[in-house]
Parts: sequence; structure tokens; C-alpha cells
Amino acid sequence: MSYEVNGKTIECDEEGYLEDIGEWSLDVAKIIAKDENLDMTDEHWEVIDYLREYYDEYQIAPAVRVLVKAIKKKFGPEKGNNKYLYELFPYGPAKQACKIAGLPKPTGCV
Amino acid sequence: MAKDKLEAPAYREFPSPPPLREGAMSHMHTFIAKPAHQEDLDWPGELEDGWEQRAVDKLGDLLKKNKALRVYLDSCVKCGACTDKCHYYIGTQDPKNMPVARQDLLRSVYRRYFTISGKLVPGLVGARDMTKDVLDEWYNYYHQCTECRRCSVFCPYGIDTAEITMAARDIMNHIGLGQKYSNEIIGKVHKIGNNLGLPGPALVDTMEGLEEDVLDETGVDVKFPVDVHGADVLLVTPSADFFAEPPVDGLIGYGKVFHQAGISWTVSSYASEAANFALFAGSTEQMHKIARRIRKVAQEFGVKRIIFGECGHAWRVAYSFLNTLAGPFDFLDPKYPVPQHILEFTYDLINRGALKLDPSANDDKVVTFHDSCNVARASRMGTRPGGQFNIPREVIKAAVNNYVDMNPETIHEKTFCCGGGGGLLTDDLMELRVKGALPRMEALQEVVDSHGVTHIAAICAICKTQFAKVLPYYDFGMDMIISAHQLVGDAIQLGEKE
Repeated sequence: MSYEVNGKTIECDEEGYLEDIGEWSLDVAKIIAKDENLDMTDEHWEVIDYLREYYDEYQIAPAVRVLVKAIKKKFGPEKGNNKYLYELFPYGPAKQACKIAGLPKPTGCV
Repeated sequence: MAKDKLEAPAYREFPSPPPLREGAMSHMHTFIAKPAHQEDLDWPGELEDGWEQRAVDKLGDLLKKNKALRVYLDSCVKCGACTDKCHYYIGTQDPKNMPVARQDLLRSVYRRYFTISGKLVPGLVGARDMTKDVLDEWYNYYHQCTECRRCSVFCPYGIDTAEITMAARDIMNHIGLGQKYSNEIIGKVHKIGNNLGLPGPALVDTMEGLEEDVLDETGVDVKFPVDVHGADVLLVTPSADFFAEPPVDGLIGYGKVFHQAGISWTVSSYASEAANFALFAGSTEQMHKIARRIRKVAQEFGVKRIIFGECGHAWRVAYSFLNTLAGPFDFLDPKYPVPQHILEFTYDLINRGALKLDPSANDDKVVTFHDSCNVARASRMGTRPGGQFNIPREVIKAAVNNYVDMNPETIHEKTFCCGGGGGLLTDDLMELRVKGALPRMEALQEVVDSHGVTHIAAICAICKTQFAKVLPYYDFGMDMIISAHQLVGDAIQLGEKE
């Protein structure tokens, strides 16, 4: 499977997660988000940016709790809760937002 | 991709065997492991010419090593006692999900190559050649069994059906047809130390975050230590406890219990996983490799005891096999059981009056308890028979005022699987997971209607994640699922002891 972005083919796995995080760009993210039926707003991008920052530092997506706390600190208490994140990413902030951010899918009992 | 129109099956009016729907789940095909995942585990990357013979040889090998497997394959008399005991058969109505029919997919090949009648007159005794069609059926249906062993409870011959599923998966792995979900995960444990692929620094960051949260919430400086040499207790817990809701609330509960008991503890970034997915793959070699990590760390840190967190099949592997996989553990303090379950530990503290719990902290809840299959049917807790049923309930009851059990036909050793165990907790099997949850959801609905149950507590990361995902399909809230130790953590009175 793959995404077509500006004439370039970007490989992904069966569920749409990028094979190579290095291939990520804003345009790829927009296409993934469209596939996920999400209308991306500034609020969505805030989460995506944070996920990518965290991944850069730790080579893994943050735990949901860590994500909630960071969003709360950065963008205010009204955004710092699970419900808010699920409203943005109905299929789960960990999985759906990771996909759009180009990060590997969290595996295991999650 | 994100939209799914999956619907939960309707509740049955009576819990009777559902009508058959031939081939209802023949389309279910979990993602196949990539060559890289396979090769990480020293298995062939993909099917290669001659796989048929290699599959038969591997079965022969397993029969030699595992005498019980031969007994299980020989002794089924097709009495039918198991047929309607499987959550997947009940939820999907596919006759191949009757445990006997699923086992026969392998049994028929066994007959063909390892019994005289099957060699001479295969057609008369239901013996089949090892062909691609047979293999495809194996792949589909042996990934529609959570190895929960509920059917085994009802088998008059005591056939351990999970062993047959494990054997089939072991054979498939050895010929290059593995499941992506489990095999990718096992590879991550070997490389990084846990199923998530959570590296040490991220683990430390996560645990520091928990310290901050608990301090904010309670004003008490509860520690969540990582890699502390010389701690009394090595806590081995599923990595989901570091990452996902609601498991992480259970981890916070363990931390509070350790704090209040005044017992030093640590997790390890090297052995940061309790779950041993090699059990699901039926691979003793891989199981061994994963278990050795725990031994190595326990020795290095010089701990006195090893305690396992809330994880169903981790406890099965730990309780039943840890000593043979990674023993002897003669370097630990002989005063304590090896290994110990976190619930045994908490239960003991409660009984000795070392913890003060205020159950009214949970008065907003009416709680029921879901027995995890691998704890209920394959292990024990404490020193008395049935401890694995009573201890979790006693701990929960000490932490809540309102507790109700579900229908007795669906708890204790007869518990229904959550629908996501055995290496099937993967999004590509969501249809199966939703359908397989039916009997548990029916039992839950009963106590919701009769007793106003608001929460279902569990002691397994798989059960917790599975329920969080499938509860909404049955019109329940996803936050209805809760960790047993969250209840403890919320009820615990932190602070100075009298």
C-alpha cells in the first residue's frame, strides 16, 4: 500500500502507517488525514506537532496521559483531557493521530 | 479507513447455542508477519517450496516433545460438550469456531501422517493432506481462538484446546507464515524490552510524569522508580501499564500500595514487559528468551522478590512456567512465593492491616469483576484453591462498598474471554473482537439492569484495552472498564501510619 503525494509514491503498511517516518511531510499528513475522514484544524495540528516533537526525543509516541498533560500545559486546561482528544481524533488519539504524524503504530496491549 | 460500520451482534434472548452460519468468518484474515518480523525470531521470512513437508515434520517434532499434544489429538470423541462454550462461536455463529471443529483442522492432518488408519484410508477417518487450502483455514481459524480454554473446562477428556491452537501457530511460524501483530511484538521485546517498543528514557519520563500527577492529586510524594539496584521488589508489569488508559491507573495504584507499605520497589527498563506473547505463538524458545530477561535483571538488581502486575497471560507464564523457563530463583528471599502477583501482595497487606482503605472513596461506583481467562483457568493465587477467584474479589471488596458478581455461569473458571486475548488484540480483527465479546457483554448487561453496575474491573491489560474498545459497540461507555488497582489506589489512605 502507498500514498500518492505530489507525484511521489510513499509506502505505508496495511493500515496506512508510513513505512519510513523520514518520508513524512505536511502534504503526506494532509492526505492521510483525508483518508481518515478528518477535517484538520489548528487544534489537530497542535497535537500532531507535539507528537512529532516527542517522537524526536524519545523514539516512541507519548502515552495518552503524557499527551493530555502536555496539551494541557501548552494550550490550556480546556484542551487537557481525554474527551477533547477523542473529539479531535475519534479513533483514538494514540493511533489515529500517530498515523497522521507519520509515527509507527503503538503495539502491544494498547 | 477510519470509518467502520461494524455492529455488535444482538443479545440472545436465552444463552442458547446460536443457529449456524457456515463460513461466516472465513474472510477473517489477520495481517501476515513481514519477512523482517519473522527473521528477527529466526523463522523463515515467508512460505518456501517444500513447506508442506516441513509443516508435517514440525508437527512430528511437537508430538515427540509434547506427549500431551498427542493425547489431545487422539482422545476427542466428538461428544459436542465444547461446541457452544466458545465466545467466538457464540458471537460469530461460524461452525468452524466450535472448538471441536477448529481443533479438527489440525487433527485431520495429524491423522493423515501420524496414524495407521489415516495413512491407509484417509477418506474414512477424516484425514487430510497438508495442502494450501488446509493451511489457509489454519491461518484464519487458529487466529480466531484466544487460547482462553473455556471449552477445556467442559471437555470430559480434559483436552487443552489452547495447546492445539498453539501447536498450529508454532508450525505456521516455522514454515514462514506468522501473524504480524504477535511476531512484531515479540521482536520488540528482544530489541527494546517491551511490547510497546518503549525505550528506557521514555519509560523514565513517563514514570516521572506519574510522580508529578500523584503529588498534584494527593500531596504525597509517591515514587515510581526505574532501574533501582538494591530495591526489595522487582515489579514486572505489562508495558500497557505505562502507556494506556485504564491500565496506567492500575500502575498508579500499585505505586501507592508500595508507598504505603513502605516497601522499596523498582521496574526495569530492560525487562519492562510482563506479557510474554511467545505463549500465544506456542513457542517455547521465544518464551524462554523473554523470561530470561526477568531473571537477568532480578539478579543484577539483587532484589528479594519478583512481583507481577495485572496481566493475564503474564501470570499464566509466570505462575506455571517461570521456574522452568528461567529458574532456579534460589537467589530470591525464600520467604516469598516466586513469583508473586500484585493482588496477592496487596491482599496480604490488607489482611495484616498494613493498608488503610476507605471504600467510600468509590461510592460513586457499583463494581463487578471480569475474571481473566489465563488467571482463572491456568493459575492460582495465594495458598488456597480458588485463590485466583477470591483474592481479586476480596481486594476489590476492601476498596469498594458496592460489589456484584455477574452470572455464575460466566465467572470463575467458566469466565468468558474478553474477546481480545491470545494475540488477537489487533485492529485488523476488530470484527472478531466485537462479536466475540457478546457473551461477556450479555452478562454485564444483566448486572447493569439488575444492580445498576457502573464499572467492570479487570486484572489484565488485554482485557482492559479490549473492553475500552468494544464496550461502545454495546452502548456502554468506554470508561466503564477499570483496573482493579485503580479502585485500591483511589481508596487508599496515604500518609503517616499510626
